[in-house]
Amino acid sequence: MALSPADVLAGIKEIVEEVAGIPAASIELDKNFTDDLEVDSLSMVEVVVACEERFGVKIPDEKVTDLATVGDAVNFIVNAAA
Amino acid sequence: MVIKTKIGSESSILSVGAYRPSRLVPNSEIVDAIDSSDEWIVQRTGIESRRFAGPDESVVDMAIGAAEQALTRAKLTIKDIDSVIVATITYPHQAPSAATAIIQRMGNPTAAAFDISAACAGFCYGVAMAHDFVRAGSAKKVLVIGVEKITDFTDPTDRATAFIFADGAGAVVIGETEGAGIGPVEWGSDSENRDAILMNPSWIDIRDTETQLTRADIKWPNISQEGQKVFRWAVFSMSKAALKALDSAGLSVNEIDAFIPHQANVRIIETMAKEMKLPDSVIIADDIRTNGNTSAASIPLAMDALLLKHPELHGKLALLIGYGAGLVYAGQVVRLPAKP
Repeated sequence: MALSPADVLAGIKEIVEEVAGIPAASIELDKNFTDDLEVDSLSMVEVVVACEERFGVKIPDEKVTDLATVGDAVNFIVNAAA
Repeated sequence: MVIKTKIGSESSILSVGAYRPSRLVPNSEIVDAIDSSDEWIVQRTGIESRRFAGPDESVVDMAIGAAEQALTRAKLTIKDIDSVIVATITYPHQAPSAATAIIQRMGNPTAAAFDISAACAGFCYGVAMAHDFVRAGSAKKVLVIGVEKITDFTDPTDRATAFIFADGAGAVVIGETEGAGIGPVEWGSDSENRDAILMNPSWIDIRDTETQLTRADIKWPNISQEGQKVFRWAVFSMSKAALKALDSAGLSVNEIDAFIPHQANVRIIETMAKEMKLPDSVIIADDIRTNGNTSAASIPLAMDALLLKHPELHGKLALLIGYGAGLVYAGQVVRLPAKP
């Protein structure tokens, strides 16, 4: 099922807030998970697994390092679900 | 003609013993070599300090220290033991085993004795085997020892491992009891990911001069690991395996008193507990905070620490899960030993 970028962004905001305690309001497409949001490498794994479950996609370990920004994650998930 | 067989009995953990190396190493002592900080290590792993063994604390020395304490607490001697299983990946001889050195030095040189290689899952593998030996009548009292001197195989400048691993030994005596004190083992592997935790190069690579010259940066079989891959597997696959072990024993999360997972990382332990929806009534072992990740020794060390801190847990039910290089895992429910 196709996912809209807006829906995926909304889902990621909820997940990042839940996992890393970062207010959803500060999570934007251009934010870098590590540098801007201070999501560390282990929390990133939790975010990725939560995204897999929520959006029904597979995000391989080797892809995780490519997902630098929230926008990268949204694009990857939208394409993977298409 | 028929072959006569034996039938044993149920078994339980009769006692636990620990050997912690004397040298306590705070984060401040290791941060310079890995360009890190105490705060970073505590945040990523929960580790505040660990113990490193000295030159007079070998794998065998530490194993004997833990075994002697376990035997004393069970009011037994080494002569009462008919089988010794040693879980380790850091005994620096291919053969003979650490187990035979241990029985020789402890004074029961004819017991059945061998080592097993299941890394951080080794202790739970050993518990499963010991339980099966007793049930099958192959042994009456088994000493299971988890021991590592992993600092011999850790690069102090490796930013992925230097702050995690530590040395120590833990031991349990498993013996015949009327009721079952050890539940069915839930075990297996994910060998597709066997590269996620490695000790490289091999002894053959080291012997081979040509290989050694072309791989001049790798000179000793040090441990390495892919943190994110291991974290994902540990949290999300191991919490399911642990719940299966619970289910196999006919129990639910509300019916156990303690959770003693391999002490890999506080973040893994906490996230597993969340995934497993453990109620607040379950006391969770966190020996890693002060003693680091001691691989095969971590579960019996954590069990010992938990019983010292919470004596009310003697005789109560604990869920164990060990997991590590392989990737391999094993978990089971055990009744914690009665108060000595």
